[in-house]
Amino acid sequence: MSLFDYKLSELQDKLHNKEITVSDLVNESYTRINEVDGDVKAFLTLNEEAAKAKAKELDGQAPSQSLFGLPIGVKDNIVTKGLRTTCASQFLSNFNDPLYDATVVQKLTEANAINIGKLNMDEFAMGSSNENSSYFATRNPWNTDYVPGGSSGGSAAAVAAGEVFFSIGSDTGGSIRQPAAFCGVVGLKPTYGLVSRFGLVAFASSLDQIGPVTRTVEDNAHLLQVLAGHDKMDATSANVDVPNYKGALNQGVNGLRIAVPSEYLGEGVNPEVKEAVLQALKVYEDLGATWEEVSLPHSRYAVAAYYLLSSSEASANLARFDGVRYGVRSEKAENMIDMFKLSRSEGFGEEVKRRIMLGTFALSSGYYDAYYKKAQKVRTLIKNDFEKVFENYDIVIGPTTPTPAFKVGEKIDDPLTMYANDILTIPVNLAGVPGMSIPCGFSSEGLPIGLQLIGKHFDESTIFRVANAFEQATEFHKKKPVLGGVK
Amino acid sequence: MAEISKDQVKHVAHLARLAISDEEVEKMTNQLGAIIKYAELLNELDTDQVEPTTHVLDLKNVMRKDEPRKWINKEDALKNAPDHKGGQFRVPSILE
Repeated sequence: MSLFDYKLSELQDKLHNKEITVSDLVNESYTRINEVDGDVKAFLTLNEEAAKAKAKELDGQAPSQSLFGLPIGVKDNIVTKGLRTTCASQFLSNFNDPLYDATVVQKLTEANAINIGKLNMDEFAMGSSNENSSYFATRNPWNTDYVPGGSSGGSAAAVAAGEVFFSIGSDTGGSIRQPAAFCGVVGLKPTYGLVSRFGLVAFASSLDQIGPVTRTVEDNAHLLQVLAGHDKMDATSANVDVPNYKGALNQGVNGLRIAVPSEYLGEGVNPEVKEAVLQALKVYEDLGATWEEVSLPHSRYAVAAYYLLSSSEASANLARFDGVRYGVRSEKAENMIDMFKLSRSEGFGEEVKRRIMLGTFALSSGYYDAYYKKAQKVRTLIKNDFEKVFENYDIVIGPTTPTPAFKVGEKIDDPLTMYANDILTIPVNLAGVPGMSIPCGFSSEGLPIGLQLIGKHFDESTIFRVANAFEQATEFHKKKPVLGGVK
Repeated sequence: MAEISKDQVKHVAHLARLAISDEEVEKMTNQLGAIIKYAELLNELDTDQVEPTTHVLDLKNVMRKDEPRKWINKEDALKNAPDHKGGQFRVPSILE
């Protein structure tokens, strides 16, 4: 058994009782990375020297802060002072020395967590499989022929493979929940605005949200407690009180009203996934909850609206990558406009360019109303769908993804098919509500299946409570991928 | 609505400050065409009376006093730049 198989509270006890030291934990993390990361390829940059020095420093102290001594990984689109941050893009391959820490990184540091390294992702968080990383593709720890999901594939794979205790990802259209489902871990996209985006390299600012990836629901609640809260450095940060998430965990689901959107179990959803979700609903029935089928009638428009809106925002956000202040610059340019064009064309990968093009088109004169504004209006309808359901129900439950993980290379040449993979996660980002993926079964091929729990704005507490009830009643979260040994 | 043409793709690439090869123009025209065609699905919906959503939160403008604050120094600002000289970012000449 690895130390990373324990829950956060158990490790805290071990540290407290001096059964283990912080250095033990950090060393075990790097040992495991050496053993398995050649296959998993979750990490882009390791922080070994600084992490080990920090561990030594903490070894002499009494464990007090809430994440004291715990090894973590950070998605590579979250800036870390003095530690290379690339967004998995060649454009930032030389960005070795960011000038500040993202607010979430600062909070983790204050809680005395230890940053083990930066995790692989789809370039600038654009993708559903991790194959768009411009360095190498992360593999699914359950079967390395399969993708780990995207874009926080590194964040989910590192936790699933037991390389770090937990990790931080970002979710624009499902980028935490989808890889969590594919890798069999717990991933939360909090309510938009609950966690500061300061220091997150922006993809689509009105949709992006940072969130925790963990082995258990309890750990996830513990981590969100550290990450959540208003930040004056982020003008879209919500000024709301942060509740006690751990306190909500054991309140049970007796009398809870669950809504199951018929659109989430319809055509295109793999029969094994559907069966796993129906079994999960039985578990909830046994625990005293009730469920009913509802409709989110505008679901079928979400993917189209999302790609127009997110690409439009991306085209504006990525305009700052010009090869002047940071990043790589083309050697070939003779004038200023050429320098921008050539640097961007050499630095950005295919998917990023495709989305910049789509966004620039949707925002261009003559097309703005027909595409961008139309998509914003459809966004309103999708948001209204959720609000209407939440008038009568406490939580929405369905699959996280229509299928389990797919094979590396299977969908990469077909952007539209790849985009359809996010069909069940995207509406959540458009509405800004919180959503979580927890393990709820395995396919006949042994790949994890994710259950998605969607709550009201700022009602993460209900999600934790409902997720924890399922975890307590089932064993799915206890199964671990076999890596490094048997193949 | 619109069919996207190769000339349009070239024009959009210029607006987006991307240099794309003829081969890429061909590929982009097909792929963007397919994505835009798919997006026309939204026209099934009558949205005349619907207000657009830009942000899901009821955001208010965040104001602060306009006063100088400590941030980064010149040396730090320049240290990740691909080219700098005399305390400034260096770029190709913009005047003939």
